[in-house]
Amino acid sequence: MGPVDYVIWFVVTLVHLFCLACVIRKRALSQHFTIVLFLTASIAIGVSRYVIMLTSGLSSTSYFYFYYYSDAVLTICLFFVLMSFYSQVFSEMGVAKIVRAAAMHMVASSSERLLSRFAYEMSQNLYFVGVVLTYVLWGAMMKMQENRTRLIQLVLGLGVFLSAFAGSYALRNMYPDHMIWRFFIHIMAVWLPASWSYTFLKVPEEARMATAQVVSPASR
Amino acid sequence: MIPALIFVVSSLTLLQFFVSYSRSVIAESKAHELSGEIREICGVTTRSLAGDQFPRLSQLIDLCPQGGSGANNVWAVLLYFHLLDFARKFSRWAVPSLAQWIEAERGGCAYAAAVVLDRRIAYNRMMMTQQASHY
Repeated sequence: MGPVDYVIWFVVTLVHLFCLACVIRKRALSQHFTIVLFLTASIAIGVSRYVIMLTSGLSSTSYFYFYYYSDAVLTICLFFVLMSFYSQVFSEMGVAKIVRAAAMHMVASSSERLLSRFAYEMSQNLYFVGVVLTYVLWGAMMKMQENRTRLIQLVLGLGVFLSAFAGSYALRNMYPDHMIWRFFIHIMAVWLPASWSYTFLKVPEEARMATAQVVSPASR
Repeated sequence: MIPALIFVVSSLTLLQFFVSYSRSVIAESKAHELSGEIREICGVTTRSLAGDQFPRLSQLIDLCPQGGSGANNVWAVLLYFHLLDFARKFSRWAVPSLAQWIEAERGGCAYAAAVVLDRRIAYNRMMMTQQASHY
């Protein structure tokens, strides 16, 4: 493990901690409990990966398996975040429970089918299910003309993160030996806590914006 | 075959989510009224800025120390601006009708950068005033 890896690990952990501090500072802990859960899990897993790396080495089998299975745990935490977004968007319609149950069923069935397969493929597919669910949620938000700025930015930030990860895992599946993956995925991990930190710090809970301002003409 | 399909679909959704995200950051910054000082720096009297001012504003942001709560999404806007620049070059020969929309979007990026600069100048001015009051 070189100095670049240490710097990346340190930056990723620091940004997650900063985001957690932002959520707590803005007193959004109860409303966005799942985000706190995800951030806490990310920090804990980041530290555990570091410890395993120190004890077993970066190229060890135990680090490899821990990395990909902890990644699956983080993805499931992200699904909880997604479910909480669903429940906020559909809260007024009273169908949140149905949507959550359907989404959880989708995740559970895809994980069941994929657990026996190779770790890369499992992560790639879990992230892709996340992309589909986020896209459906974003579609519903546009249709319902959701105007809560903070919620819009949180969902879009998550969408960017999941799409980038699903795409890069798919590409990694096709070209596994490329050196770029060693750094790219770690750098991409900074996006989500950084964009959420910005949202919690700069966008007040009561801020509103028209969905039409956000939707690009190509997707209208 | 499946990874290739996932890659293509994910790339398309990534593009759409990123464009929407950047537009939401720009739309949110438009709620901020620019100060007279920034208007003077940018040489504008209206609420809109030309996209060509973005590189200069971006350089000024780099010169101005970041303060307070710190977080700003200027890097997301910067990436969006470069994406628009690429689209502008491509659209010149492929879809000329897009040029006007792209120019308006570049102007939005410049406005978002001006807001970041405005906030940083205000923060630094406040810090200087506080420091001066201690002496």
